[in-house]
Amino acid sequence: MPITWPPNLLRSPAVRVGLSISVATGLYGVSFGALSVTSGLDFWQTMALSLLLFSGGSQFAFIGVVAGGGSGLAAMGAATLLGMRNGIYGMQLNVLLRPRGWRRYAAAQLTIDESTATSTGQSDPAEQQRGFWAAGIGIFVLWNVFTAVGALAGGALGDPKQWGLDGAAVAAFLGLLWPRLKGREPVAIAVVCALATVLAVPFVPAGVPILIAAVVAAVIGWLSHGRKDEGLEPDIDPYTERHPGHHPGTGHHPGTGQYGAGQYKGNGTSPGGAK
Amino acid sequence: MSLWVWLLLSCLFAYAWKLVGYLLPASLLQNPRVSRMAGTMTIGLLASLTIVNTLASGQALVLDARLGALAAAAAALFLRAPFLVVVLAGAGAAALLRLAGWN
Repeated sequence: MPITWPPNLLRSPAVRVGLSISVATGLYGVSFGALSVTSGLDFWQTMALSLLLFSGGSQFAFIGVVAGGGSGLAAMGAATLLGMRNGIYGMQLNVLLRPRGWRRYAAAQLTIDESTATSTGQSDPAEQQRGFWAAGIGIFVLWNVFTAVGALAGGALGDPKQWGLDGAAVAAFLGLLWPRLKGREPVAIAVVCALATVLAVPFVPAGVPILIAAVVAAVIGWLSHGRKDEGLEPDIDPYTERHPGHHPGTGHHPGTGQYGAGQYKGNGTSPGGAK
Repeated sequence: MSLWVWLLLSCLFAYAWKLVGYLLPASLLQNPRVSRMAGTMTIGLLASLTIVNTLASGQALVLDARLGALAAAAAALFLRAPFLVVVLAGAGAAALLRLAGWN
């Protein structure tokens, strides 16, 4: 397909998927911004996370630990561990996109769950390129704009508990976890790690229980190596139709065809899911 | 001020993770054990973060309105609601329960 700018660009299925994911994910930046300032971060700290860290799961982890009274070191530990999978994505995208020069450094910053899923969901190499950049740039811009909106609005809310913002954080983490709970093994891992966390909370400083759970999960991953890994590989699989019988969300994508944005949702990957 | 230091270090490490995938030879990271551990750790961390935000208050475990938020979010997810609706359901449930007098 010849690349003609811009009317034909909007007809690219990958660009359309990328842009719809950008809007859904970007809007969700409002809740990050609001939760961040009510967790005790100031406006610029909140913006630094969205601009520089730019990985939703890690950003929520950072403010989640701070909100729970954890130390900066524990917040950094949780955020950094959650960011590990982006390295796996980078490896896959490097093979697909082969960015060179400065584009490689830009691509790295835009490497998150959604841009990876958009790109790897395409089969045509040109579409893989367009999908990655459309989703990556689109989400980066909208995520930061809406983070700012949320941070400014959140500070004006008064007592965050009155508005249930701590409940929003609970829901956000469950929403990030949910699409990964496909099959018994991921559920078992989640339950074991949740139990480890609850047992650890009274005995160690806030924030540390999360790191203990991470170690437990790593050990499980190490020891169970070689077994059936359904649902445990990095997030690429929502796009690969491995479980066609398990997704009742088919009503979400009328006529969007193989690359429809609805399919993205229909396969259980939430917008904003653990970038 | 010290929070800024940890915050910026977090940003640095996050970018380092992302970049390392582009700089290493693909074969190195194609180790299935590494890929699997990234998967299990993501699940473990998110499960832990969910439960900490539901039950923990400092070093104490408390049952409060956040439990209602967890239930409401689970119900919304079960009904395949979009992410934003899930978050709003959690916030709404916690806010309503507090309004009803359960902290």
